[in-house]
Amino acid sequence: MNFDMGPYSVYIWPAYGVSAVLLIGVTVWTVAAWRRARAKLAGLEKRGPSSRPRDMASGT
Amino acid sequence: MQFIFRYANPHEFMRLSGRVLPFTAIATAACLAAALYLGFSAPPDYQQGRTVLILFIHVPAATLAMGVYGAIAVCSLLSLVWRHPLSDIAARSAAPLGALFTVLGLVTGSLWGKPMWGTYWVWDARLTSFLLLLFIYLGYMALWNAVEDETRAARAAAILALVGAVNIPIIKFSVDWWNTLHQGESLMSGKLAPVFLAPLLLMMAGYALLFLTLWMVRIRTAILERRARSLMQG
Repeated sequence: MNFDMGPYSVYIWPAYGVSAVLLIGVTVWTVAAWRRARAKLAGLEKRGPSSRPRDMASGT
Repeated sequence: MQFIFRYANPHEFMRLSGRVLPFTAIATAACLAAALYLGFSAPPDYQQGRTVLILFIHVPAATLAMGVYGAIAVCSLLSLVWRHPLSDIAARSAAPLGALFTVLGLVTGSLWGKPMWGTYWVWDARLTSFLLLLFIYLGYMALWNAVEDETRAARAAAILALVGAVNIPIIKFSVDWWNTLHQGESLMSGKLAPVFLAPLLLMMAGYALLFLTLWMVRIRTAILERRARSLMQG
């Protein structure tokens, strides 16, 4: 592998840098959102039907 | 069509995607690693020097930008004609990923344009229609968020997605229809040497698999969120 870009390094490295940052970023963000949604649903299912926010608000 | 509907059932989708995901994730990593290795090992191009390295990330991003839009348009059609709820979720989940690939196509293209054409940007047919694609993506996402009622939002967004689809062939054929700085089709023309073609095809496969993996995770997330909302509403 050859990492010497000569005079073009100012164009090639930013192109790879931006691509890497955005693609890794969206992957991390996507997985975090999935974990959040899974944890939230698990919490709701655990609490059961009697203690859901709306049920509590309506006093049932 | 029956086949699609069978696996487009949310429950079936969760089961099937859960099984497929580990394989697509591993295949993504393998393709990207192989593409990077071959790409950085490739010799300089006789005309473009080492900027040919930008080809390996620009073409996959631009192809995915258009491909993802195509997927959104198909899902939107399924949603409008058959009123299938999962196709709305699928279309909506794909949009931010498509917008991201569009941004990557624009940025890497711009960074390639400067050393090759002497300018970062030019208002010609290919570049302008591609910028328009980004605005269509942003408009599509904004529309989903602007309309509170989900069923109405889905209909409006699906119509916008289908109208916007007219831009895809314009982008694709702009290099043939108008004079432009952008080079013509190189992938299918057979003009690309195997030493450049191999890393390019692997990178395209890696980008496509990455999209597929993230799309499935996003759809799964949206299904869980919908389930949580219906639980909270009782």
